[in-house]
Amino acid sequence: MRSARNRELIALVPVALLLTAGFAAVFAQEETRLDNLSLIYGGYFLAICLATHIYLRIRLPNADPYLFPLVATLTAIGLVMIYRIDDGLARDQANWFVLGLILFALTIQLLRDYEVLERYRYTIAIAGLLLLLAPRLPGIGQQVNGAYLGVKIGPLAFQPAEFTKIAIVIFLASYLREHREVLIVGARRILGVTLPPLKHFGPMLVVWGASMFMLVFIRDLGSSLMFFAAFLALLYVATGRFSFVVIGMAMFVVGAWFFASTVPHVHERIEIWLNPYDDPSNAGYQILQSIFAQADGGLFGKGFAQGLITIPGTDDALLPAAQTDTIYSLIVNELGLFGACGVVLVYLLIAARGFKIALLANDGFSKLLATGLTAVFSIQAFVIIGGVTRVIPLTGVTLPFISYGGSSIVANFVLLALLLLISDRARREAEQPGGRALALGAAA
Amino acid sequence: MNRQIVKLFAFIVVLFGVLVGFTSYWSVFDAKALKEEQANKRPLLEQQQIRRGRVLAADGTVIAKSVAKGKGDARRFVRRYPEGALYGHPIGYSFVREGDTEFEQFHNDELVGNESEFSSILDELTGTTQEGNDIVTNIDANAQRVAMAGLEAAGFGAVVALVPSTGEVKVMASNKSFDPNRVPFELTRLNRNEIETPLLNRATQGLYPPGSTFKVVTAAAGLESGTITPETTIDAPGTIEVEGNPLSNDFNEDFIGASLDTALTNSVNTWFAQLGQKVGQDELFETMEKFGFNSTPPIDLPDDEVYNSGVTVEGQTLTRRDPIDLGRMSIGQERLLATPLQMAMVAAAVANGGKLMKPQIWNRVIDPDGRVSDRLDPDEYSEPVSEQTAADLTTAMEGVVSEGTGTNAAIPGVAVAGKTGTAETPGNDACGGGVEQNQAWFIGFAPAEDPQIAIAASVECTEQFGNDVAAPIFREVAEAILEGE
Repeated sequence: MRSARNRELIALVPVALLLTAGFAAVFAQEETRLDNLSLIYGGYFLAICLATHIYLRIRLPNADPYLFPLVATLTAIGLVMIYRIDDGLARDQANWFVLGLILFALTIQLLRDYEVLERYRYTIAIAGLLLLLAPRLPGIGQQVNGAYLGVKIGPLAFQPAEFTKIAIVIFLASYLREHREVLIVGARRILGVTLPPLKHFGPMLVVWGASMFMLVFIRDLGSSLMFFAAFLALLYVATGRFSFVVIGMAMFVVGAWFFASTVPHVHERIEIWLNPYDDPSNAGYQILQSIFAQADGGLFGKGFAQGLITIPGTDDALLPAAQTDTIYSLIVNELGLFGACGVVLVYLLIAARGFKIALLANDGFSKLLATGLTAVFSIQAFVIIGGVTRVIPLTGVTLPFISYGGSSIVANFVLLALLLLISDRARREAEQPGGRALALGAAA
Repeated sequence: MNRQIVKLFAFIVVLFGVLVGFTSYWSVFDAKALKEEQANKRPLLEQQQIRRGRVLAADGTVIAKSVAKGKGDARRFVRRYPEGALYGHPIGYSFVREGDTEFEQFHNDELVGNESEFSSILDELTGTTQEGNDIVTNIDANAQRVAMAGLEAAGFGAVVALVPSTGEVKVMASNKSFDPNRVPFELTRLNRNEIETPLLNRATQGLYPPGSTFKVVTAAAGLESGTITPETTIDAPGTIEVEGNPLSNDFNEDFIGASLDTALTNSVNTWFAQLGQKVGQDELFETMEKFGFNSTPPIDLPDDEVYNSGVTVEGQTLTRRDPIDLGRMSIGQERLLATPLQMAMVAAAVANGGKLMKPQIWNRVIDPDGRVSDRLDPDEYSEPVSEQTAADLTTAMEGVVSEGTGTNAAIPGVAVAGKTGTAETPGNDACGGGVEQNQAWFIGFAPAEDPQIAIAASVECTEQFGNDVAAPIFREVAEAILEGE
């Protein structure tokens, strides 16, 4: 399966070109930064990508050849955009990128037999939920814009939701693999609606409860939406019952509506989304500036490093949280509609490759895990891009691999590692004569 | 499960499609509306970062320029007007917060370097920094100073000087003016000043009764329609009845058997009132409108800052079908109002053998590399009168200056053609309610045999006559321009 890795290597060439062009553009634009540090960064980045490629060649020779170059593309875009905002932030991001790749390699190293995850599914789920609670613990919890998203222990700060999403997906994939049959068979029609059997649905309700819990205690509409959507996606794929999805959505909407009217923070987020012009200089400032920045971009954008992030002559933000929440708006502003479409296309291609892996996988757990990981990743991208384009309320979810933030980068590289592990096995089994039949037999 | 996975992917495709849809909406389809949003400061901030081009007088005097403030990302440009109030009109001002007016507004695209749609896309692709073009105007700096000094000595009013053959605006002065440099600090105060109205460009927005200067238009209509020839005589007694009310000449003087020359030289009211009635409303309006009345003068200033001249009732311009006291309109009364620009256009058309050229302030656009990227191409607006009629009018107007009511406009050694006007405006609140408040006018051109310059000078709220206050300004400005040739 050398050809897969060769394709990966070839696919890294455009990434290299993109990154070099990007850094060169910022470099040419910012005459004040006449150090050659930017080009050294670019060189490091490419060397690291090459090392990862060689590692994959050895460890997962059969894994999907396009995922890593696609992710590298996003990371490159992110690094260039962040470098353009602030070179100090870009240095952090580059360090996290390296840390992410170390965890990526570790995951691949330690979880070659990722089925072991099934055995610890409850441990993983509880650990994930506890992580979510951490931001509300006194001493280590941090509140950002009214939401409890961060944990800070000494110098180490991270956003647990990024890791919890993987834990939840692992749990759901495992649980649904085991219970999908009974969920389908035991379902009965009541008043023309197919309802799942109650006793097997308990743990599912727990997930719903967890989402609602997030809404109330973490006050994070974005993560809540992301988790629950991933849950519904998995439930649908596992059972094939669209009615379950409808019921789930109804439950979420009712719950969200209830809490939106009782939890002020959530309520406010929705109000701003619906009526940003009511308070354009305070509450509505971020979403309006996000949209104004996009309006300024047009078809082709203003060019790298040409957009305004702060009001000239001051430190006042013209595009608040440009390196995290609204980085997509900055991309539209500077790279235009075409550049933004390119970014969305990369996410779509990642989703396509992820689902392809799920299709190729031979056993239920692998299929569901690949589906869940891909779904949660895609929906995360949707939640934040949808937030800054006013499709849905704006929340503090990161744009995977592009936004500034260590937790996001590291967690998403672990997610990528899991996808590649599944892929490597699926494609290896497909390659080996009789391998497929063997795997199918084992699954049965 | 595979079928569901494919469907799930299809759903994700739809979701991402929605993202692309919304992004397109904000960045392209709704972009224009968003840029005009009150809460959106980006267009203003970005405009600040472009070095707006300079505005220069014909001799290179810098009227407006942009200076950089701050460094790096904080660098922004602020407009400076080295000549201050002298060019407050017609150049106007341009500031981020206060917006832009007059010439600065009309020529904004050239000044900020917004070229064609195509080249701006090219610039975006190549990342070229937008830079403004300089514009050289036709304004004669020396004559502008002379005009302003003359007005400041005489009172509020305006002077417009046009090159008859090209329409080039050599002078456009309005008193009371304002210092554009002060606009960011005292715009509100300037706006509130309803007595001096410094922000009003009296040359294009000052609507005044044209008085006897309008007799040139009436005479033109008479000659052009064939109602009279220069030899035709009309009996003009000291007082006649027009529309049921008596109308008199100055000192009630009789002019029996007077021809056009005599009538214009002595500005005989009863002669022109009868002529107007003979010509008829249709023909008189026809000629007026060819001179530019009843429509926005085709000058390079924003439409809302250039007013129509004509018979105006409560902001509505009356047409040739509306009931009008034709006799009084023929001598520049009866709710007839004209801007100094309009009366300068009348003089210029006569001076140019009957052809009216579009008045233009700009002369050429100079791109950031110093090349002339565009140059004024003189354009004919209309042909109000024939060459013969223009010649006959010139002869009559020469009489006004050489032996008639406008002798103060005479320039030694140069034949001057002109017409005075003194309209009584007793009810004018702006004049402080005095009884003897006149609108004094002089329109004319020189040299009569080969006109180089046509000028209208108008002074409001004066106790004096056109020949006393307006004609001397005409003479000084004409001399300044002719000496500069």
